[in-house]
Amino acid sequence: MRILGGGIFKGMAVTLRNFVGSYLNKKERLHTNDYSWRADGALPQSIGDYPKEKGEQLSDTTTVTEYSRNFPMLLHDGGEPMDTVRCVACQICERECPPQCIYIEKDYDENGKYIKRPAVFDIDVSVCMSCQICVEVCPFDAIVMNSQFELSTPNRFGGLLVRRDDLLKSNDYYHKIHPEEAASRDQKMAVEKAAKEAKKKAAAEKAKAAAEKKAAETAKEEAK
Amino acid sequence: MSTAATPNYELIQQDGLETNLLEVSMGPHHPSTHGVFRMDVKLDGETVVDLRPVFGYLHRNHEKLAENMSYLSSMPFTDRLDYFNSMTNNWAYALAAEKLIEVEVPERAEYLRVIMAELTRLVNHVSLVGFFINDLGALGTPLLYAFREREKILDLFEQASGARMMCNYFRFGGLRNDVPEGWLERAAKVVDHFPSFLDEYEQLLCENEIILSRTQGVGNLPRELAISAGVTGPMLRASGVAYDLRKVDQYGIYDRFKFRVPYTDGDTGDCYDRFMIRMLEMRESIEILKQALAGIPEGEIMGNAPRVFKPKPAESYGRIEGPKGELGFYLIADGTPKPYRYRVRPPSLINLTVLRDMCLGGKIADAVIILGSIDIVLGEVDR
Repeated sequence: MRILGGGIFKGMAVTLRNFVGSYLNKKERLHTNDYSWRADGALPQSIGDYPKEKGEQLSDTTTVTEYSRNFPMLLHDGGEPMDTVRCVACQICERECPPQCIYIEKDYDENGKYIKRPAVFDIDVSVCMSCQICVEVCPFDAIVMNSQFELSTPNRFGGLLVRRDDLLKSNDYYHKIHPEEAASRDQKMAVEKAAKEAKKKAAAEKAKAAAEKKAAETAKEEAK
Repeated sequence: MSTAATPNYELIQQDGLETNLLEVSMGPHHPSTHGVFRMDVKLDGETVVDLRPVFGYLHRNHEKLAENMSYLSSMPFTDRLDYFNSMTNNWAYALAAEKLIEVEVPERAEYLRVIMAELTRLVNHVSLVGFFINDLGALGTPLLYAFREREKILDLFEQASGARMMCNYFRFGGLRNDVPEGWLERAAKVVDHFPSFLDEYEQLLCENEIILSRTQGVGNLPRELAISAGVTGPMLRASGVAYDLRKVDQYGIYDRFKFRVPYTDGDTGDCYDRFMIRMLEMRESIEILKQALAGIPEGEIMGNAPRVFKPKPAESYGRIEGPKGELGFYLIADGTPKPYRYRVRPPSLINLTVLRDMCLGGKIADAVIILGSIDIVLGEVDR
């Protein structure tokens, strides 16, 4: 036989146990402050004393998680950014971007010849939804996700539009924020490059062989 | 008061007194409506005489947008349908598109898909129960206990996909990236811990007399009505129909797991049934998760699928048992990189159609918890 109100008391016992347990036996009773399911088992840095104390982890190269993504950046291979930028302004990301927040213009030299780099590359922070589709469709591994999250600005016109020169980041920086992803991307690029060179070499050899054959034929004909 | 002044209102004769029906517009900004949703209620005293759901405040043109972009590009938009369950939304869309391009999904990816979908079910059900009790007036405690557990699973999602809620993790033919090292162990830890939380939660809620008296016999949904209205998911099972697409379709690799489908044996379901079905379903999800985490093989996570493709003219329908019901994506391909037609079958919207039938004759305060027990997300209702 159940007493009327017994269920309520039973429930109140649970809340009481949680309340007292939160002071006495944090981990087992309340299940909070137990961050052992996190990678480092520690209180997440972002919770810490975030706005007051940034700490090293929360500087420009925040690593929240390996796959954290917030906003795209353009990669260059070191040195003068615009000389080694990987982007060739092919505009695939501009076409595929779901919220249409990328704007690209191709770069031309004084003779009007297309040089493979962007003259304008703007991304609108207020529109970007951090979906990473641009990263996936890029055939040149030129655009990847940054994990920097302090993007707020007092300037609402222009401040939310990130220009090409602010988007350019070195490959070393990429290795710092996404070590695993960057390593696998570099490896993939090296394999692709090797395959491309092998193909080029094979093509050159083929052309050479063809030229030799042709030369031999002409020599033969001349001999006739 | 004369009848001529209020021609639209029926007049009620009661003990010789003439009274008017009261028309109340609940919402669109009302904490009980779970978003921007409005109920036009006609009341006789406190009794609901008529109810008209009004929605569309959150319409974002999802379907037409998707028809104007490539197949891959609309994947992140599916996250925003039912923003509690982005992983299952991704899966339903990936299933539909995979039928079009006929691509094989690797073994490891199939296991990870099941793990993600069942974790999503835990997230959805645990927060639904919290919100449902919140609608009953228990502000805070149950909801915050639920959100405490939800946060652990969202941490897992963040580590795997880079985002807590807008995961955008599934791809046609697999997943975007493999889970980081140690993730499976951490997931196993969360899963192992979950039943003890459920025990505590059941102790907190299931015998509470206030909850029992507020939910039992309230918002009855007969089996025939549920079937004829196309209601799916936990709501249908609460009305006594054992119908679960994980068993019926066995999409993915659900045929490999041993689990039960909870349903009531009566031919009508009330709010308490719908609440309990979800509590029981969480237990079964944990069973699936344990089996999947134990059996996951090593290997590739992405099949041989192109990023941008032009499927042959065909049509496909991919459906899964989402936490809220049958979530389906219907695609027509016309040989271009964009779908000719893209249609979502949202479980929230179709389950919402029986709201009026459940509320009529009840009290206005019960309409709030009936709506809560349907489990709607307005992002999916309005699209």
